[in-house]
Amino acid sequence: MLSSHHPISDPAPPERLTMSASNPLLELRGINKSFGVAHVLHDVDLAIYPGQVTALVGDNGAGKSTLVKCLAGIYPIDTGEYVFEGKPVSVHGPKDAGALGIEVVYQDLALCENLDIVENMFLGREKKNGLVLDETTMESKAREALTSLSVRTVKSVRQSVASLSGGQRQTVAIAKSVLWNSRVVLLDEPTAALGVAQTRQVLDLVRRLADSGVGVLLISHNLTDVFEVADRITALYLGRVAADVATKDVTSRQVVELITTGHSSDLDASASSTTV
Amino acid sequence: MTDIITESEEAGFASDLTQSNTLGESVQAYISRVRGGDMGALPSVFGLVVLFIVFGFANDRFLSNLNMANLITQAGPIIILAMALVPVLLLGEIDLSAGVAGGVAACVMGVLMVKHDQPWGLAVLAALATGAAIGIVIGLIVAKLGIPSFVVTLAFFLGLQGVTLKLIGEGGSVRINQEVIAGIANNNMSVAAGWILAVAVIAAYAVLALLRHRQKVARGLQHQPLAVVVAQIVALGLVTLGVALVLNQNRSVNPNFPIKGIPYVLPMIVVLLILWTFALGRTTWGRHVYAVGGNPEAARRAGISVDRIRISVFMACSTMAALSLIVQASVSGKVSSSSGAGNALLYAVGAAVIGGTSLFGGKGKARDAVTGGLVIATIANGLGLLNQASWINFVVTGGVLLLAASVDAISRRRRSATGL
Repeated sequence: MLSSHHPISDPAPPERLTMSASNPLLELRGINKSFGVAHVLHDVDLAIYPGQVTALVGDNGAGKSTLVKCLAGIYPIDTGEYVFEGKPVSVHGPKDAGALGIEVVYQDLALCENLDIVENMFLGREKKNGLVLDETTMESKAREALTSLSVRTVKSVRQSVASLSGGQRQTVAIAKSVLWNSRVVLLDEPTAALGVAQTRQVLDLVRRLADSGVGVLLISHNLTDVFEVADRITALYLGRVAADVATKDVTSRQVVELITTGHSSDLDASASSTTV
Repeated sequence: MTDIITESEEAGFASDLTQSNTLGESVQAYISRVRGGDMGALPSVFGLVVLFIVFGFANDRFLSNLNMANLITQAGPIIILAMALVPVLLLGEIDLSAGVAGGVAACVMGVLMVKHDQPWGLAVLAALATGAAIGIVIGLIVAKLGIPSFVVTLAFFLGLQGVTLKLIGEGGSVRINQEVIAGIANNNMSVAAGWILAVAVIAAYAVLALLRHRQKVARGLQHQPLAVVVAQIVALGLVTLGVALVLNQNRSVNPNFPIKGIPYVLPMIVVLLILWTFALGRTTWGRHVYAVGGNPEAARRAGISVDRIRISVFMACSTMAALSLIVQASVSGKVSSSSGAGNALLYAVGAAVIGGTSLFGGKGKARDAVTGGLVIATIANGLGLLNQASWINFVVTGGVLLLAASVDAISRRRRSATGL
């Protein structure tokens, strides 16, 4: 079940895996976050490696959204270290995260339906020629970004987002992160509202995104998706990291146990860096 | 459409499509867009044609050169006020006070010129500044306090009428005799200048459209077929030359005093149309106005200052409204305590909506104000010629506004169903 669905981790060149495994692109160390009396995150460690998809799984209320918002700079962290490329950084707002090359693709996609694909991809960061919008450059670059992801489903870069399906919209939102040369992309439930074929397309896209060297964090409820595309799985249970394991070392049943009880009885201790 | 896409095309990404290949296909695409609810200027142009036929048969003076010139000067203030409202409607907001804000501004101009003997240029600048200041206050209240614009501008609608009364005195009015201001609606360009202007407008449009088309083809960007570009140039050319031809004929009923030439209000509208088309279509500001109107949350996440966009739009609206009421003062020869009150605003909202600007935000163009404004002005003008009681004018115009809003709502539903 695991390795057969896992085209990338097995045939991947070993030197890339070892290199990336030793150097996380983005790392959170011992993060704590409280809202008033509610202690939501307890000493959370999280690592995102370049060229890998790290899945963040957990039940409702486990702290996934809070963790993502801490990463994105929307919530300030109480204590703990935010390390980017081995250097501690301070992230005080979404702009700081954006400057590091961290792009968040939210569940509600934050696209303007009345604008076309190019206009949406450049929204807020338009290219200009003096006073005038540089449509030529924007359209070419948007096309390049979609080309690099081998997007097959979009008919024209000038069609309005209103005319796109859910999967196509997700594609546009993800392509935006390629356009801006993002180093780390956080995807919040990208397949939650999608049909089978569209889920397939988006997962392929996520894989290609990671293969291009980007560090991807995939937040998902869907373990089938997680096992299909993720290289590592970080499971959250009640605000603590229940396990941080390579996907090939665990089974779906073990991950379900981690999500629902916070530990898995037969999980090999060596595969898990943190157990509670 | 999808069946014409082949992998063999020189596509940037798989199934990329840069051109709808033939004229026939683009006509088909247009028809399916219209059927899908994206009607653009179609209802207003169709309405205008119907109105011209009906009034033309009902009254033989309607199509006379004199009346056509009158129609254009009457439409002027409506079109400019509608243009003021387009960006506000694009945000999905409304400015009910635009008419009376313009009224206050025109009063400032009139009082400065007549009672204080100030030069007209200074008076106009003061009027525009008054408009801008009112707009900034409205924008600040709407954006920062989060009160619905409907309520804020309703309050301003009442309050500003009081300000006008205070400035001008109960039931009073100020006559506008100043040559330049009165001349906007009452003086005409020379026939030669009119022709030169018409040809220059067509030539400039043609050159720009063809250059853009060539550039897009050269860079492999999405573009329309050349035939469509040429058809647009020809259509604009015919309309422009037709209008110039009518206005450059003698339209006087007295053979001893010929009146001919394009009234100055027309080139003024053309300049404003170009300006607003540019601002909304080609600048970052315009793009952000559409974005805020389409999805304010997405705009905010994209780093756009939504508040600043809102404030600037209300400021632009009231400033343009000032201009509209200055033109209105020129048409009627006076500024009165009721300037901009009454149905001025309703006409302008009706004009924008009939032209194709959506009341729900995110969709509309500056040119909608022109086509819609002409429809509204034609109704008022035609019914006036038929010597109908003014109550009929109100009922018909109200009915047309309701019809336009219904068309907007229905086409919006169709658009969301067909995803256009």
